[in-house]
Amino acid sequence: MSQFLEQLLNALVIGSFYALVALGYSMVYGIIRLINFAHGDLYMLGAFFGYSALLLLGRISLGSGVTGVLLAMLIAMGMTGGLGVLVERVAYRPLRGAPRIIPLITALGMSLFLENAVMVFKPWGASFRVYPVTLGRAGFDLFGVHIGYAHLAIFAMALFLMVGLHLFVERSTYGKAMRAVAFDLEAAQLMGINANRMISLGFFLGSIMAAAAGVMAGLYYGQINFLMGFIVGLKAFTASVLGGIGNLPGAMVGGMLLGVLEVFGTSSVGGQWKDVFAFGALILILVFKPTGLLGERTAGRM
Amino acid sequence: MNTVNARSAGPDRGRLARTGGVVLLLAAAVALPFVSSSPYVLDIAIQMLFYMALALGLNVVVGYAGLLDLGYAAYFAVGAYTLGILTKTFQVNFWLALLAAGVFAMLLGSFIGMTVLRLRSDYLTMVTLGFGEIIRITANNLKITGGPTGIFGIMAPKVFGLSLGQPRNIYFVMLIVVVLSTIAMARLGNSRVGRAWACLREDQDAAEAMGINTLGYKLLAYLTGTFWGGLTGAFFAVKMTAVSPGSFSFMQSVTVLLAVVMGGMGSVPGVVLGGALVILLPEMLRAVSDWRYLVFGAALVLLMLFRPAGLWPARHAGKEEV
Repeated sequence: MSQFLEQLLNALVIGSFYALVALGYSMVYGIIRLINFAHGDLYMLGAFFGYSALLLLGRISLGSGVTGVLLAMLIAMGMTGGLGVLVERVAYRPLRGAPRIIPLITALGMSLFLENAVMVFKPWGASFRVYPVTLGRAGFDLFGVHIGYAHLAIFAMALFLMVGLHLFVERSTYGKAMRAVAFDLEAAQLMGINANRMISLGFFLGSIMAAAAGVMAGLYYGQINFLMGFIVGLKAFTASVLGGIGNLPGAMVGGMLLGVLEVFGTSSVGGQWKDVFAFGALILILVFKPTGLLGERTAGRM
Repeated sequence: MNTVNARSAGPDRGRLARTGGVVLLLAAAVALPFVSSSPYVLDIAIQMLFYMALALGLNVVVGYAGLLDLGYAAYFAVGAYTLGILTKTFQVNFWLALLAAGVFAMLLGSFIGMTVLRLRSDYLTMVTLGFGEIIRITANNLKITGGPTGIFGIMAPKVFGLSLGQPRNIYFVMLIVVVLSTIAMARLGNSRVGRAWACLREDQDAAEAMGINTLGYKLLAYLTGTFWGGLTGAFFAVKMTAVSPGSFSFMQSVTVLLAVVMGGMGSVPGVVLGGALVILLPEMLRAVSDWRYLVFGAALVLLMLFRPAGLWPARHAGKEEV
């Protein structure tokens, strides 16, 4: 029982990272029908921006407290958000309307470029970097399980961001315009919506969610690496397909579910099969329910 | 009358030049091991031939049918392991093992293909990416594949009395494989099947309306590609005399894809050129090898933005005529 609870807490934290990254995949896919490969790398870059921000804030003795972490997270989100918009502007926008394989290849190239740019950048480099701030062990005991406040805070923060994004997309005027563009780009343009701006907005929002997840993952695992986005990106994609791609609540549910599946699946078949488990899940979903749990019926053949 | 002559003279001269070029290139390729005795040069040349063969196979999937496969190294790995296990553990005849390598890769390909090709074709990209990882992790953890160390001591077979353990002999075998593949792929591209692929690549709805069985043709392209990947992998196992999971990373798949994209998707001479370039260029830029994949990534983006048809674009039969 106590082990179960501990696993569940882990699963929810990991699942919330997947969910945050999955949101970006789903949003971008919903708007311009592109699998943005580089999205996992934005998560990685978010972690690195957070790392540098924490180091800098540490110099002015702001780096270790809650304020410092929140500030670093905001900085990382801002930088990554801007980068996400830039990536779209430079690499994807000129190719809108090209055959589908072309932007896919560009996205792959972008992903390689970002990963290796981080690798050759001296202050970041190829080896693992230890995160400047470690999570405190303080917490309380429940049914014999130690529950850290920091883990709860990460989970709460992720929930807060997801709910915030959901409300923004559903309630605000910008959100409405974004949904209109996703529904029918040309018709939305005819209604006077600046589609390019809405697409940029989608990339921005997706990127800041990924960046937040990256910083939190750095805090949670304690170390980061330039390749950390590759597998997480693939898993987040799995999560968004699991929830129904293009559907934001679906991405959140899918992420959480994948976290739970992975943690409990791994504990029963062994750690070395961890990634096989997640990708196997992707193949199974596509066989049995390609529209995902909350997906619309339109996700048919194309 | 005159205009007709002038028009028919043009392509003839072009064909003559092309045939001459091909003959020269082939002569140079055959002469290479006799001219240079350096093992380094020969090794680079063999690597180029491997990437040409892989690029020709992947070109069917990516270039002809327009499906993006990011796990091509998986089929290469399956072929290599199949040959390694069959010849070493079960002492199967080389030719039989070679065939089995291609067929087994194709069987796995049909599993992935039938699962995913019914759906949006961009799902294939992600699934093949995941599948590539699955194969690598599986090879790393199974007993029969030798775990992280892999299989070593694969005996070089004798082909027509020549041992493939000799670098020069494997060079000639690969040269023959590449030449035959080039001819086969060019003919395939110009065949009825090739035209069907082109049609479904350009506009799937139109293709379907013309009565083309899109799922069937996509599967056919995918299976051809995976079979080729498996075969090439089998030769790779013979050449290396060992296979291990490290040889089949995601970057391997990316390199083959870059060969196809750089040379020109759907262009047979283009992808042969691309296969040569992805080996030659990094060799020439050894001093900055950390930057290799950064350059690869940038190259993919820039090519797609400014020259999506590649360095040696495919000629679209039919457009020039009339």
